[in-house]
Amino acid sequence: MGGSWHGGLGAMRLGHLTRRELLLAGLSGTGALAVGVYGGFRLGRRAERQRRIVPPREQPFAPHAFVAIDTAGLVTIWLGQAELGQGVATTLPMVLADELGADPERVRVVLAPADESYGGQLTAVSSSVRDHWLELRRAGAAARELLVAAAATGFGVPPSTCRAVGGAVVHPDSGRRTPFGALVAAAARLPVPTAPALKSPDEFTFIGKAMPCLDHRSKVDGTARYGLDVRVPGMWFAVVARSPALGGRVAKFDAAAARAVPGVREVLAIDSGVAVLADTSHAAMLGRDALRAEFSPGPQRWSSAAHWQHLAERAAIAGQTAQSRGAGLAGLTGPGRLVEAEYRLPFVAHATMEPMNCTAEVRADGCTVTVPTQAPQRVREVVAAQLGWPASRVQVQPTFAGGGFGRRVAVDFVVEAVALAQRVGRPVQVLWTREDDFAHDHYRPSALHRLAARLGPEGLPLAWHHRIVSPSILAQDPQFRAPVDPTAVEGAIDLPYRIPDQQIEWVAAEAPCRLGFWRSVGHSLNAFAVECFLDELAAAAGADPVAYRQRLLDGPTAAGHRAMLDLAVARAGALTPGPGSGRGVAVHASFGSVVAMVVDVQAQPERLRVLRVTAAVDCGFAVHPDGVRAQIEGGVAFALSAARFGGVTFADGAAMASNFHDQPLLRAPDMPQVEVHLASRAVPPERLGGVGEIAVPPLAPALANAIHAGTGVRPRVLPLEPS
Amino acid sequence: MRAIEFQLNGAPVRATAPAGTPLLWVLRDVLQATGTKYGCGKGLCGACTVHQDGRAVRSCMVPFEQVAGTAVTTIEGLGAGHPDGLHPVQRAWLEHRVAQCGYCQPGQIMTAAALLAAQPKPDAAAIRAAMAGVLCRCGTYQRILAAVQRAAGS
Repeated sequence: MGGSWHGGLGAMRLGHLTRRELLLAGLSGTGALAVGVYGGFRLGRRAERQRRIVPPREQPFAPHAFVAIDTAGLVTIWLGQAELGQGVATTLPMVLADELGADPERVRVVLAPADESYGGQLTAVSSSVRDHWLELRRAGAAARELLVAAAATGFGVPPSTCRAVGGAVVHPDSGRRTPFGALVAAAARLPVPTAPALKSPDEFTFIGKAMPCLDHRSKVDGTARYGLDVRVPGMWFAVVARSPALGGRVAKFDAAAARAVPGVREVLAIDSGVAVLADTSHAAMLGRDALRAEFSPGPQRWSSAAHWQHLAERAAIAGQTAQSRGAGLAGLTGPGRLVEAEYRLPFVAHATMEPMNCTAEVRADGCTVTVPTQAPQRVREVVAAQLGWPASRVQVQPTFAGGGFGRRVAVDFVVEAVALAQRVGRPVQVLWTREDDFAHDHYRPSALHRLAARLGPEGLPLAWHHRIVSPSILAQDPQFRAPVDPTAVEGAIDLPYRIPDQQIEWVAAEAPCRLGFWRSVGHSLNAFAVECFLDELAAAAGADPVAYRQRLLDGPTAAGHRAMLDLAVARAGALTPGPGSGRGVAVHASFGSVVAMVVDVQAQPERLRVLRVTAAVDCGFAVHPDGVRAQIEGGVAFALSAARFGGVTFADGAAMASNFHDQPLLRAPDMPQVEVHLASRAVPPERLGGVGEIAVPPLAPALANAIHAGTGVRPRVLPLEPS
Repeated sequence: MRAIEFQLNGAPVRATAPAGTPLLWVLRDVLQATGTKYGCGKGLCGACTVHQDGRAVRSCMVPFEQVAGTAVTTIEGLGAGHPDGLHPVQRAWLEHRVAQCGYCQPGQIMTAAALLAAQPKPDAAAIRAAMAGVLCRCGTYQRILAAVQRAAGS
């Protein structure tokens, strides 16, 4: 685990504020331990020597960037990652609070601005807890050791006889107790420990147990502030008319009718279209409706039919090899039965409940950007480059995000807000309407999968060939040079099943639209093809799909898959009989975790009912077990929406997606009963698995397999119920 | 421009906006009450649900003139007069740890509160039907349904 709080410390005075410098030493100064590059984003864990500075704090005791305590004992914890609904505003602060011995009633969480002090702030690839929890534990432990040392001095006893609990340091032998607030002045004078002792797992108070949800009160009483709730004196609201077709530019526009709308203040052309600025959101929307704008057609006029034809043509050529095992493709040739199948998955929108938005103010001395984002540090870099300023003059303040799912890694809405704020010299909130959000998304890529397998005498696969044809997310970056986009093949390579000869290929295709990371990224596409095809092989072999998988999951690297499959099946109980009743299974590893799902359906011609989903989850160690359950429940609903209804089509280069009537989402009456079973471990492993995305990949194939079991019909094209 | 007077969360307010402006935007942009959320602007998602004289309405579909002289309650005012400032539905939401991103939850909670005001003991089917109109992209439906049941029982 990198990003650790090792190293020496210095302290210095800056005016009346105490600033401490933290030198991250103790780690190799050469290169990276585990630095991922993902679409131009560097992920997490840098191992090179880095220097962290605690930002100026009002509190007298601020030993780390992540924590400070005032004389009243109020603990402030900074959250460096984005809260998108995945629960990190509880999990990460409570991890620190546990090590600190804080009283959760006396904890305040602050969403940290973009700042190197907080390490890598990109919230993606289900990394927030697994990449940051040890760092936060060390921060809490270091603060705790300082408070304990200060208290022990006051008590006149060795620090080892005291402990921090419930926001105070206690000396159990004498029953003496001093609250944190009374200790901060003395603790602030002590050197911050370089290698604080972490709690042993049996000492955890909150970690691995129940946690009070720190942001839920604000989310039920209406006080939680999202990006669209930002209100700044003098601000204008802006809505942008964009080219319906990708790449189209403003040809001409007539602003007169827009300007005639009461409340409209300004109409301006920017790179992405024509912006209407107004006193209220609604006036800006009406102004845009009234605006007459024409766009050049753009470089291409894709239709969905042409796109699918393009993918089919690309499927005829050999792709770049992503992985080859045994004899590879040659293994397909030989005796035994050949089974083939093709699967198609559509472009899908993110559809966060809070549409894209950003509020910016550009002054002579600096720029302030307040935005729900998954990538605050990237926002800062992009805005600095846009303005031609050093990053130090750009302040980026994240807000709660009404969903993210990968969409808020992109910064297109930020660039619009900054451009407009600079032009009009006042704060501007750019808001995307729902129609903008659906029609101008960075969609999950489409994919066409061709699979073939040669079965041996017992019906088990001897050879496996998987050709994936899909447009590339990463190749949108002109700097991208690798022969294979790893996000296009993740989940299709490193199969857990014992199959001697394997060849997995990827063929790049063109796209009619911008592409983005969509909750679980390539896994959401590839798990469908792999787990559906495995079911087809079982059927061809006349085998039970569970027993068939169990026979193939017998290698040492498949132990986790096997255990979760067995657990899910054991807990699923009996299938309720009825017309069209069927059960399907799937098991898939992503982001360092394994999830197996059993899906029970009643599939009738007029209505598909998904009755029950039983999930078995191994994420290494559940830091916040109820939070993990919530993510699995939600991930099931998210994946079910996509499998049943999700799909954006194109005509004349434009996305045919406008609002929830043509892009339906799952609603409450269709929510299945979801039961989550967590693999239990008392002691966390060295590396945890991710959680936020892992429920998505296995749902669609388990559902399709259940429909096949219930009806004999094999769904090979998503969505199941296109609108 | 039109000016109207109405009760917002128990207090008299006066709001001025162009005729036909949806109540949602008068709340959010004129009266600075941002707890009520924009999700679709077409009455499809339910995120903007508020109470008008105790009845759940979609504020994105209600021209603001129509609330003149009536009592409007939003998420900010729902808990007024209840212990700890929380309506039983809000308390059930905390107990069941419903919220994920939380953006749709004001609309969910206002819809549930209106249901229970009209029908204090709904069965599971009635709860599902009543909550069908409010989308949750995080997929918290299982907990929403359990929390409404809980609030109905308390």
